[in-house]
Amino acid sequence: MSGITFGDFKAIMSRCAGELDGRELTENDLDTAFTDIGYDSLAVLEIASQIQREYGLQIPDEAIEEMTTPGDVIGYVNRHLTAV
Amino acid sequence: MSAPVFTGIGVIAPNGLDREAWWQATLDGKSGLDRISRFDPTDYPVRVAGETVGFDPADHAPARLVRETDAMTRYAFAAANEALADAAIDTDAFSDLEMAVITANSSGGVEFGQRELQKLYSEGPQAVGAYMSIAWFYAATTGQLSIRHGMRGPCGVLCSEQAGGLDVLAQARRVLARGTRLVMSGGTDASLSPYGLTCQLSNGRLSTEPLPERAFLPFDRAAGGYVPGEGGAILMMENREEAAARGLDHPYGELAGYAATFDPRPGSGRPPTLRRAVELALADAGVTPEEVDLVLADGHGVPELDRREAEAITAVLGAGRVPVTVPKTMTGRLYAGGAPLDVAAALLALRDGVIPPTVNVRPDPAHGLDLVVGRPRETELRTVLVLARGYGGFNAAAVIRSL
Repeated sequence: MSGITFGDFKAIMSRCAGELDGRELTENDLDTAFTDIGYDSLAVLEIASQIQREYGLQIPDEAIEEMTTPGDVIGYVNRHLTAV
Repeated sequence: MSAPVFTGIGVIAPNGLDREAWWQATLDGKSGLDRISRFDPTDYPVRVAGETVGFDPADHAPARLVRETDAMTRYAFAAANEALADAAIDTDAFSDLEMAVITANSSGGVEFGQRELQKLYSEGPQAVGAYMSIAWFYAATTGQLSIRHGMRGPCGVLCSEQAGGLDVLAQARRVLARGTRLVMSGGTDASLSPYGLTCQLSNGRLSTEPLPERAFLPFDRAAGGYVPGEGGAILMMENREEAAARGLDHPYGELAGYAATFDPRPGSGRPPTLRRAVELALADAGVTPEEVDLVLADGHGVPELDRREAEAITAVLGAGRVPVTVPKTMTGRLYAGGAPLDVAAALLALRDGVIPPTVNVRPDPAHGLDLVVGRPRETELRTVLVLARGYGGFNAAAVIRSL
């Protein structure tokens, strides 16, 4: 697997944490904080653990703590998948 | 300070998925007990339960919240919405610290927990979802309701099995007396996963009768244990002046009195203390035994426990003098949700001047109770006594009175 697209991420997000209330996630939200989108820190943890399983990637807890936007997650995953 | 009043009721029960549907079914004597459908109960000694068949959590909460909660909390989302609307409460008119959530819980999020534990032992720790950390524990429902409705006052959870559903009302009364303006109380439970049912089997009190209409017969000579059920009720409580100040002149009723006692350890030779709880609750309400118009009994369905409850009732109120009923014969015992549902029944009985029936039971005359069986009884009501016992020695009694 070469990387994660915004579409992949969005699909994982709604599968793990449920759809957003009355709003669609778009690429404009890449730099919007999860808390502003409507996802709490547990939702981010859930998304990260799903990505770890699907992509065979180990993400340390400290790295998850620093993921505050969708762009952070996608960027981290793509940097580390390339490195593998 | 006057007694707190009940201004809103929300219900999820095996025989009705909202307040009025449940109440109508209850008056009609329609039972929600049936063979367990959640999983195949063939290999279990208990095959009958009260399930909330047809409940769809998506009707009551966004997918994001459904994803991270157990059934017990999803029932509370639904009942809380109904209770808030019933009480015509606009939470924006209160500051967040003036509102509290105090619920009872007994099962925990056992179905959610079972699913995640299965992932743990079949796929490993990585497969366990992050929401396991918040979905299963006793305070999950209080926490979720607090966040969802922005109620950040003195919140809490009480775990005293079936008695907890009355204990929360006393805690609500306490915080209302100290200045909190609004309390969301009551409780919901959901214990009907294979793991949840297996945990309950150890108490030895569940009915193994496979016929739903024969499985739960409190105060009947054929009583052979109780049927477990799921659901409960959420009750909005306020001080009477507060309710009146926002234009609510006709609350359902008031919490006039309450008491709790704890039984001596088994083998001590000392008597059980339910009777004492009844006496203390009446004293707390300033009500004489003659003034009690109706008893909603705990109705355990275990012969020895039925005998003890009948003795407590007749010792204080007199033999056969006061009507007694057990609408939970139509729902099963709902654990933390049971007593709040009985309080809802008490409040609607006061509203409509009618006593809901106990179904399927042929009362054992040895108990000396005027059990209202078969069909509802219309009568003027003012004061209702609600009893609840929790496994492990908990007893609670509440006096509910019309205004």
